[in-house]
Amino acid sequence: MTLSIPIVLVAVMVVLFAVGVYLLLDRSLTRVLLGFLLVGNATNLLIFLTSGAFGAAPIYGDAEPIDMSDPLPQAFILTAIVITFGVSAFMLALIYRSWRLARESEDAVVDDAHDLELVDAETLTTDEVTDEELERAPEFDELGADADENEDTREGRA
Amino acid sequence: MISLIPLVVLIPLGSAALALALPGRRRAQQLITVIALVSVVALSGTFMWIVDQQGALVMQVGGWAAPFGISLVVDRLSALMLTVSAVVLLGVLLFSLGQGLADGDDETPVSIYYPTYLVLGAGVCNAFIAGDLFNLYVGFEILLVASYVLITLGGTGPRIRAGVTYVVVSLVSSILFLVSIGLVYAATGTVNIAQLTLRIAELPGNVQLLLNLALLIAFGIKAAIFPLAFWLPDSYPTAPAPVTAVFAGLLTKVGVYAIIRAQTQIFPHSSVDQLLLVIAALTLLVGILGAVSQLDIKRLLSFTLISHIGYLIFGIGMATSAGYAATIFYVAHHIIVQTTLFLAVGLIERHGGTTSLTSLGGMLRAAPVVAVLFFIPMLNLGGIPPFSGFIGKLGLFTAAAELGTPGAYWLMGVGALVSLLTLYALARAWSLAFWRTRAAALGGANAPVPNTPEGLMLQGREVALIEHLHDAPDAMPLQEQRETPALMIAATAGMVAVSVLLTVAAGPLYAYATRAGERLAAPEQFVAAVLDNPNNVSSGSGKNEIEGYDPRQSESVAGTKEAGDAS
Repeated sequence: MTLSIPIVLVAVMVVLFAVGVYLLLDRSLTRVLLGFLLVGNATNLLIFLTSGAFGAAPIYGDAEPIDMSDPLPQAFILTAIVITFGVSAFMLALIYRSWRLARESEDAVVDDAHDLELVDAETLTTDEVTDEELERAPEFDELGADADENEDTREGRA
Repeated sequence: MISLIPLVVLIPLGSAALALALPGRRRAQQLITVIALVSVVALSGTFMWIVDQQGALVMQVGGWAAPFGISLVVDRLSALMLTVSAVVLLGVLLFSLGQGLADGDDETPVSIYYPTYLVLGAGVCNAFIAGDLFNLYVGFEILLVASYVLITLGGTGPRIRAGVTYVVVSLVSSILFLVSIGLVYAATGTVNIAQLTLRIAELPGNVQLLLNLALLIAFGIKAAIFPLAFWLPDSYPTAPAPVTAVFAGLLTKVGVYAIIRAQTQIFPHSSVDQLLLVIAALTLLVGILGAVSQLDIKRLLSFTLISHIGYLIFGIGMATSAGYAATIFYVAHHIIVQTTLFLAVGLIERHGGTTSLTSLGGMLRAAPVVAVLFFIPMLNLGGIPPFSGFIGKLGLFTAAAELGTPGAYWLMGVGALVSLLTLYALARAWSLAFWRTRAAALGGANAPVPNTPEGLMLQGREVALIEHLHDAPDAMPLQEQRETPALMIAATAGMVAVSVLLTVAAGPLYAYATRAGERLAAPEQFVAAVLDNPNNVSSGSGKNEIEGYDPRQSESVAGTKEAGDAS
C-alpha cells in the first residue's frame, strides 16, 4: 500500500523537530519548555502522518470503512496532547519556582555542586582510617564523653 | 480472576483520588494508602500463584478482541514484577509513615504526598500489565508525572535544581518513546505487543534494527544504562529518603522490564543483543567506578544502582532462556535490596544528620541497629554467599558459561570484578560511617590533628560541604539529631527480612524465574495467549477477524475505544 503523504506536513514536522531540539539544548528553562512543546507537536504530526491517506471521519455509519481515515493515530495524538498539556503545566510551575529561588541566575539549569566538588577532590577518604588512628582513639569511650564532644563540635561549627 | 487484572491499577488510582479529596486529614490519607497497597500486594501475590499454575492471564478491555482493543497481560514476569513492586511500595510507605515526612520540613505539602505516591504505584503497575506499546507509554507517563512531583516535593532549592535535570531528561525520553511508537505503527499498523511479534518479523532487517534501536534508546534512558545514565546520580539523592528509595527500586526497573519485553517479544532475534552485552559491560564498569569515587552515601548508592542495571542487561543480552531467568531473579533481588539500602541510608541520615562520608562516624555505637540493617543488604548487593545477590550473579555466570561465547566470558570477568568493587565501595562507606570513631570523623579535639596534606584538604572540604549543606533540608549536619521512630526501623527491618527471604526462598523463586525465562525465550506462546485466548470476549470469532482484516481500516473501532480509555 503506497501512502500519499503531504510533503508540506513532512516539511513542517522536520522544521519543528529541528527547532525544538535546538531549543531543548538551551540552558534557559523557558526555552527548554518551548522546545519541548515544539518537539511534542512535531511528534504528534509524525504520528498523524502514519495514518496515511486522509479519508472521511471515522464514525460508524457515516462512510464506508474503506474511505475512513485511520483513527488510531488520532487517538494516540489526543492522549499525547493531554499528557503534553499536563507536563507543560508542571514545567511552568517548576520554572517559576526555579526563578523565584534564584533570581540572580535567572531560570537556567544549574550545575550540581556535588559534581563540582568531586572534580576538585583529589583522593579518597579511605586513608583516613589507619590502624594507628584506630589504636589511638578509644573504641568504646563513655556515652557522656561522646555527647559532650558532639556539643563541642556543634558549637564549633555554628 | 481475569476481570481482577485492572484492579492493580484501579485500586491505587481510585484511592489516590479519595486521598486527594481529604486534604489535611492525614490519618485518613494514610489509612487509605496502606489499605490500597496491602490489597495490591495481595492481588499481585495471587496473580503470581495463579499465573504459575495456569499460564498467562489476558484481559481484553471492554470486550474488544485482541488486536483491536487494549490487552492487559499478566504472565509470570509481570506477576513477579507486580508483586515485588507492591511489596517495595508498601515497605517504603511504612517507612515514610514512620518518618511522618512532615517532621523534616514543615513546608512540604504533605496532603499531596500520599495521593502522588499512589499514582506512582498505579503507573508502575500499569506499565507491568500493559499488553500494547501505547498502554506501556501511558503507564510510563503516569509514573513519570507522579515522580516529577515527588522529586521536587517541597520545592526547595536543591530539589528544584535536581528536579529540572530529571524532568527534562525524562521528557526527552518520553518524546523518543512516542516517536518510536509512531515509527512502529507506521511500519506495522499495530501497537499490540503480541501482534508486533508476528509483524516485526516480516519487516526488512534494517527497519527492524531502526525500530529496535529507537525503542532501546527510549527505554535505556529510563533504565539508566551506560551512556544514558548521567541524570540519575544528579537527581535521585536530593529527594527525601523514602522517595529516593522507591525511585531507585522501581523506576529504573520499569525501564529494564520494557527492555526485556522489547528484546524478547517484539524483537526476539535481534542483532542488538550483541550491542546489549557491550552496553552491559560498560554500565557495570562505569557505574561502579563512579560509586567508588563518591563522598556521599546516597550518591554512592545511586552509582551502584546504575552499575547493577548492567547485570540485568547482561542477562537480556545473552538472549537465552537461562539468561532471561537469571535477569528475572536478579531484578527481583535488586529491587528489594537497592530499596532496602536506600531506606537504611535514610536511617543513617536521621541518626547522623548527614549522608556525607566526610562527617559521619562512630555510628556503630550510636546506632547499632542501623549498622546491621545497612550491613546485611550491603553483603547481599556485593554478592556474598549465601545471599540472593550471590545466587543471581551465579545464575548469570552459569548462563554465560552455557552460552560460551568469548563475549560472555569477558562479561563474567567484568561481573565478578564489579561485584568485588561494589563490596569495596559499600564496605568503605560502612566502615567510614559506622566503624571509625566519631572523633576521627570530626577531626575534633580528641582526634589527632591531620597534618598530612590529604587530611588538611579533607578538613577544608568538610567545611565547604557543611556550608553548602545548609540549603539541603534533609542533610543538615548542624540540626539536632532527631529521634528515630520505631516504624522507620521496623519498615527497614521488614525490607531486610524480605531480602533475606529472597535467599531462603531462592529455590522456588529461581524455578519460577526459570519458567518465566523459558516463556520469554518462546514468544510464540505469548502471542498465542493474547491473540487466541479462549477467554477473548469478542462479538465475532476473534481469530478469523484477525487474519482477514486490513490493518488500516478495521482498527477504527479499537482506535476510538483506546482514545476513550487512554486519555
